[in-house]
Amino acid sequence: MRKLAMVIVVALTALMLVGFTQSVTAPPAAPQVEAAPPATSLFDNLYIFILAGFVGLEVIGRVSPTLHTPLMSATNAISGISLVGSIVAAGASYSLTSSILGFIAVAAATTNVVGGFMITDRMLKMFKRKPARGH
Amino acid sequence: MAAQLIQAAYLIAAILFILSLKALSSPATARRGMFMAEAGMLFAVIGALLDHRIVEYQWILAGFALGTAIGAPMAIFMPMTAMPQRIALSHAFGALAAVLVGVVKYNHELTLGTPSAGFMAAIGFEVLFGALTVTGSLMAFGKLQELIQGAPITYKGQNFVNIGLFFGTLGLFGFLIFNPSLTNLFYAMIVLGLAIGVMIVMPIGGADMPVVVSLLNSYAGLAASATGFAIDNKVLIIAGALDGASGFFLSILMSRAMNRSFANVLFGAVGAAPPPSAAGATEERTVVRYTPEDATFLLENAQSVIIVPGYGMAVAQAQHILAELGDLLTAAGSAVRYAIHPVAGRMPGHMNVLLAEADVPYDVLLEMDHINDDFANTDVVIVVGANDVVNPSARYKKDSPLYGMPILNADKARNIIILKRSLKPGFAGEDNELFYDPKTMMVFGDAKQTLTHMVQQVKKKVAA
Repeated sequence: MRKLAMVIVVALTALMLVGFTQSVTAPPAAPQVEAAPPATSLFDNLYIFILAGFVGLEVIGRVSPTLHTPLMSATNAISGISLVGSIVAAGASYSLTSSILGFIAVAAATTNVVGGFMITDRMLKMFKRKPARGH
Repeated sequence: MAAQLIQAAYLIAAILFILSLKALSSPATARRGMFMAEAGMLFAVIGALLDHRIVEYQWILAGFALGTAIGAPMAIFMPMTAMPQRIALSHAFGALAAVLVGVVKYNHELTLGTPSAGFMAAIGFEVLFGALTVTGSLMAFGKLQELIQGAPITYKGQNFVNIGLFFGTLGLFGFLIFNPSLTNLFYAMIVLGLAIGVMIVMPIGGADMPVVVSLLNSYAGLAASATGFAIDNKVLIIAGALDGASGFFLSILMSRAMNRSFANVLFGAVGAAPPPSAAGATEERTVVRYTPEDATFLLENAQSVIIVPGYGMAVAQAQHILAELGDLLTAAGSAVRYAIHPVAGRMPGHMNVLLAEADVPYDVLLEMDHINDDFANTDVVIVVGANDVVNPSARYKKDSPLYGMPILNADKARNIIILKRSLKPGFAGEDNELFYDPKTMMVFGDAKQTLTHMVQQVKKKVAA
């Protein structure tokens, strides 16, 4: 438990620091940056990925095996986070093709988010404790 | 200012996602956890909608509408027994979104100049993982839904083709990193990714599906995470990494529960596939057929009962009637519990969900490690549609494909009732000597019908 808390604290601190420096430094740097993101951001992102992966393993190792199916459908709904990228692709009006591809992406990701959360909840509702039933 | 607000929204979303998975540690807190995840998703979507690059909303709204129209009915009407298919299918949706975002982003970057090597690496991972997850998940869906033959599909030289395809694609990817403007190669790589997805799932059989579905769960997450690298978005990286970790964890767990390595699950089917009939034909052993009445009689005096469900229960849709029998026995004074093998069924936790649907409280669903020592002092074990997970040859028969797999100690119980359609060996093709054990009572037939008979018998006894 303490280990888990520590991992989360470390990850979040790192996350906030990165988020903070990004938000502080990004706007002034914007005019000179053209296509490529700054070289440091790849490493920032790698740190975040690695830390989040370890947090994930720690947290998921504690998930009750009874709930492994809901876990899959929950992480599936969460992976609908591609919606965030899809929304920009659909709304940025780069070209008609891009907008249509973006539209399909939004639809696919929304299917996951809406369907995934609804079915996870439907499953979790079924898990009851003993005293709930009598004879 | 808006940029900071958006980042804050993403940050909150990331925290909520982590907390929501933490809440899944117990069924008591799980629903609250899902509420947090939903709130997190809402924050992330609001953040994305505030993005300054968005100039029109009609495509976005149309996408929301279509996605809800597909996703909501699927969630409401899908029967619980179809859950493995649904999960496999939804991996395809998530990965499709990742691929399309990758294509749009790549084309946009090209209009701005030559994309950097770092960007190309990220986008390459994104479309590759995405593409192979799309077709891999569709193949898994097809197998689970029985649109495609569930047994491994193999051909000569399959591993060479797969390995060649894999390295060819990898080489192309490497080349593309340094030649980012070769668009045709970019699309060729997506096509190769799609082909790999088909090829790697094709030779994998039905009983190995828990590993495959978990692995695809992981890939879908990694594709989302790679999207985050490509569009430089932290919440995507974090959510994708969580998903990737979850799928990875589950696939390791599943492989371990089958005593097989990843590599063996993915490539093991090739060339193996022993004809299952050969083993059964050589030794003619007979079993006594018992009736549901005999089984009921045995249960009448049982103080303690353990029920072992397997995929057969899901196929026969027997979970409700099984739960009713469990209830009746509990009411008559027996201690009834359920022993769940990690790979029973077609996905992690499959049996738990079906039994929960049938109102079996989760406190009596016990994992293998927690119940295995109790079999020895149990009066009756009822095996419903399970086979390989109770096959004792996994303990000692060194040439058995099951050797080393942890099994439920059903054979240690005083009496064993096995409900099965036939003597056919399980997926591993290994004859199950538990069927011939003198303590064992084989009751042949459809599990649902047999259990219905038994329930009627028990009710009659109670009434009398």
